[in-house]
Amino acid sequence: MSDIKENTMKTRENVASDTAMDSNHPLVELSHVEKHFGKLHVLKDINLKVNKGEVLVVVGPSGSGKSTMCRTINRLETIDSGTIRIDGQPLPQEGKDLANLRAEVGMVFQQFNLFANKTILENVTLAPVKVRHMDRKEADDLGMDLLARVGVENQANKMPSQLSGGQQQRVAIARALAMQPKIMLFDEPTSALDPEMVNEVLDVMMKLAAEGMTMICVTHEMGFARKAADHVVFMADGRILEKGTPDQFFDHPRTERAKDFLSKILTH
Amino acid sequence: MNEFLQLFSQYNVPGAFLVNIELTLWSALFSLILGVVLLMMRISPISSLRTVAGAYVEFFKNMPLTIIMVFMVLGAFAQLKLTFSNSFATNFFWLAVTGLSLYTAAFVCESLRSGINTVPLGQAEAARALGLNFMQSATQIILPQAFRGSVAPLGNTLIALLKNSTVAAAASVATETSSLMSEMIEFHANSIVAIFLIFAFGYVILIIPIGALTTVLSNKLAVRR
Repeated sequence: MSDIKENTMKTRENVASDTAMDSNHPLVELSHVEKHFGKLHVLKDINLKVNKGEVLVVVGPSGSGKSTMCRTINRLETIDSGTIRIDGQPLPQEGKDLANLRAEVGMVFQQFNLFANKTILENVTLAPVKVRHMDRKEADDLGMDLLARVGVENQANKMPSQLSGGQQQRVAIARALAMQPKIMLFDEPTSALDPEMVNEVLDVMMKLAAEGMTMICVTHEMGFARKAADHVVFMADGRILEKGTPDQFFDHPRTERAKDFLSKILTH
Repeated sequence: MNEFLQLFSQYNVPGAFLVNIELTLWSALFSLILGVVLLMMRISPISSLRTVAGAYVEFFKNMPLTIIMVFMVLGAFAQLKLTFSNSFATNFFWLAVTGLSLYTAAFVCESLRSGINTVPLGQAEAARALGLNFMQSATQIILPQAFRGSVAPLGNTLIALLKNSTVAAAASVATETSSLMSEMIEFHANSIVAIFLIFAFGYVILIIPIGALTTVLSNKLAVRR
């Protein structure tokens, strides 16, 4: 499985991040991360490493801090203490360095967050043109390629509100990919979708995973976790309670909390 | 009827309305520019800019316009020697535009801020997550949507500005409507009702289309989510 990934991943966007392998450090590393929302202690001593090409799925009950953890990785949420390193570099504080880092970390949100005042194609090309200073023609070609990859190329000139939720989320994935990110963060990408649209988004994510993209996915889709994940992390009450392969986690959960969680979601 | 015709032949009523329209258009332009700058300061990540813009808006929002206009003449012009032209009429016209613009900018900023509140937080987060900086996310994503979400309050601000332009009389703009009305009443006290009706209807005719246009645009431009 991992050999197939290694071979298919030598596309241009991954060449740059090969350095991560050479220097032998994880692509994403969280150590002793702590965060409070007021009095609420939402992240408690989070330690996590994600290697290049790895697909990590984060599961856990609502309010366990999964989304918050995901959002700290591109600093949409700040942390109180601890360190987060991406490709060996600590997260910059603010300004240009942070913008540059965010450009290399793709993010897909639960609510899609497509720009409501831009067409589908403009949504995809905006960041390459503004941030990477790509010329319009090249960006349009790239945008159409990506839209074709996620299967919505015939919607390119529509506005986001004219698309279904599943189509919007696939565009959001294309938009993130347009920046050729080193890593993709998915924050509950299918939770706001109608049931019949979940699979079209998961299919795109499976394809990405198979192409060797490094992914951190917060999701409730256990089927996806089993099939696509290299590792599953289980979080509850702001802590990481378990980390293992999907088989280890789903078949032999070690903690009572995880057993309880799994018994509640897998019995139907 | 003769009363009206006589008044119209004796005084340049449309000319006076034209002065108010000119005052309004120039002030609308400058207050829009200043209002957008204030808004960008208010939503910027730099806290000192936010404080300055917030203080500006609070100050001008709570200051009677007449005081600002009188200050433009007695303070800015007479004391601080702020002069736009050697011609008295032109000079006071631009002093009045300055006062109206400074005042209205606070309301433009507040109108646009209500528009910002219609833009979901996720739009800004998505922009930031892609590596856009503050100016890029503001000009590409947030402001265009905020404008379209604040057409109605901006229209109301424009209506208020047109009516407020009569306060230019306090800044010695002698050719605008309220000055002309006082003058006409002084010399034609018998026709006072006719004079009132002329100016009242004049403003109603000007303002109703603005209100109607606002409603149409507000629906047409609303961001579909």
